[in-house]
Amino acid sequence: MAEGRLGRTAEGVRAYRLIAGMWVRSTMAYRASFAMTTFGNFAATFLDFVAIMLMFSRVDALGGYPLPEVAFLYGLSATSFGLADLLIGSMDRLGRRVRDGTLDTLLVRPAPVLAQMAADRFALRRLGRVTQGALVLGWSLTRVDIGWTADRLLLMPVMVASGCGIFCAVFVAGAAFQFVAQDASEVQNAFTYGGTTLLQYPPTVFAKELVRGVTFVLPLAFVNWLPATYVLGRPYPLGLPQWTAFASPFVAVACCALAGLAWRAGLRSYRSTGS
Amino acid sequence: MGAGRLYAAVAAGGFRRYATYRAATAAGVFTNTVFGLILVYTYQALWDERPHLGGYDQAQAVTYVWLGQAFLSTLAIGGGGVEDELMERIRTGDVAIDLYRPADLQLWWLAADLGRALFQLLGRGVVPFAFGALCFPVALPADAGTWAAFLVAVVLAMLVGFGIRYLVALSAFWLLDGTGVTQMAWLLGYFCSGMLLPLNVFPGALGEVVRVLPWSSLLQAPADILLGHADPLPTYLFQGAWAVVLLGAGRLAQSAATRRVVVQGG
Repeated sequence: MAEGRLGRTAEGVRAYRLIAGMWVRSTMAYRASFAMTTFGNFAATFLDFVAIMLMFSRVDALGGYPLPEVAFLYGLSATSFGLADLLIGSMDRLGRRVRDGTLDTLLVRPAPVLAQMAADRFALRRLGRVTQGALVLGWSLTRVDIGWTADRLLLMPVMVASGCGIFCAVFVAGAAFQFVAQDASEVQNAFTYGGTTLLQYPPTVFAKELVRGVTFVLPLAFVNWLPATYVLGRPYPLGLPQWTAFASPFVAVACCALAGLAWRAGLRSYRSTGS
Repeated sequence: MGAGRLYAAVAAGGFRRYATYRAATAAGVFTNTVFGLILVYTYQALWDERPHLGGYDQAQAVTYVWLGQAFLSTLAIGGGGVEDELMERIRTGDVAIDLYRPADLQLWWLAADLGRALFQLLGRGVVPFAFGALCFPVALPADAGTWAAFLVAVVLAMLVGFGIRYLVALSAFWLLDGTGVTQMAWLLGYFCSGMLLPLNVFPGALGEVVRVLPWSSLLQAPADILLGHADPLPTYLFQGAWAVVLLGAGRLAQSAATRRVVVQGG
């Protein structure tokens, strides 16, 4: 049984690689267009940071956090989200595929539907978002004053990887929801794009109930808020024990498992339009 | 007389077309509300730090956030107006059919876009705004006169918004693929309309420049009237002037395009 599941995972990864590779080759046929859209992606995501810079042109701190620390949160949120968006951001096209019936094509192919959906229209231009997040993160690291210890250093890559995992789970859960909702695909944006925007600001800015919601209900806080406040040596508004800063990988795995279950339930409930 | 009825019918069609997708509308309302919620807290933190920033008090800043969420789809600041469809019709050559209809191309699409905007205002704008007004301290005028003055500014904003997007769409006659232009227009519009931050908060010379650009007619102008921050008449003049300039430019571009450009397709 375990071997069968492992085999299916390997099969999915292989299918994903092949399909994504195909899209990359097709993108690279138009290099100028690729360069321009990547730059556009970079610029569009840069706008979020421009808003923060504009704010800091008038104030010195937001919620008690100076610009380098907000940039640190921003960089972590944008990088993890950017990676998830690059990997499986095309999942939000599922609603359209359900509506026009093209999902049926994926169902008859001998490869996992999730892998096919995730790799569909794989857009390398989304590297623009990742690059932008990474640049802001890099800049913030040169400015922010952190007492580096081994565990803080280790938390950095762990944070980005777990954050990417949590956002991937949100994308998959959102896609599963689209089996039911179809037209309502925009709801997903509230959690994906809304989530990354929320995490770009310090947790001290928001109402306690909202912070509780994204810590205990939809655990987005584990993307950066909890681990990053530990790295920065700042208290988390909810006063959680310190070990929670290291819980992100487990939260990410749990989220992915739940999202996987939701995806299965969604796929099972799928009814073709029949056209 | 017949012409007026025709464009009214087109506008009604635009309204009904968008009203058809109820689930999508509900989803949009939800998303706008969530984004409004996030922004409100960041603005409150900003105004905590600097009370009376840009001449707004905190309640006015909060009102501004919810206005922005209400106008995002109404004025298609984030894209998604009729220009996408017009561009696609230019690219595929279907625009030839529009051109030999006994109706003016610009007025036809203007009517369709006004119908769309009216629906988005009622269907997608009112609910997030009402949510914001109920859940947060907002600054709303008590007299009907200010509300009426505000609504006039919203209509003018719709005209300016269409004026900009029509020019963007017509660029497809020369460029064929409008992806790049659309993206640039989106970026500029988002930045210069004050969706990121009210324009009176922008620092120094940058603030002065963005305030005279056409995009400031979209969100900032109606907001300032509602918040009692600007007199209606000069605001109308500013918006009206940009509407005339942009719609006039659209007319020129349209006649140039229909004279010079060979339509795509078989």
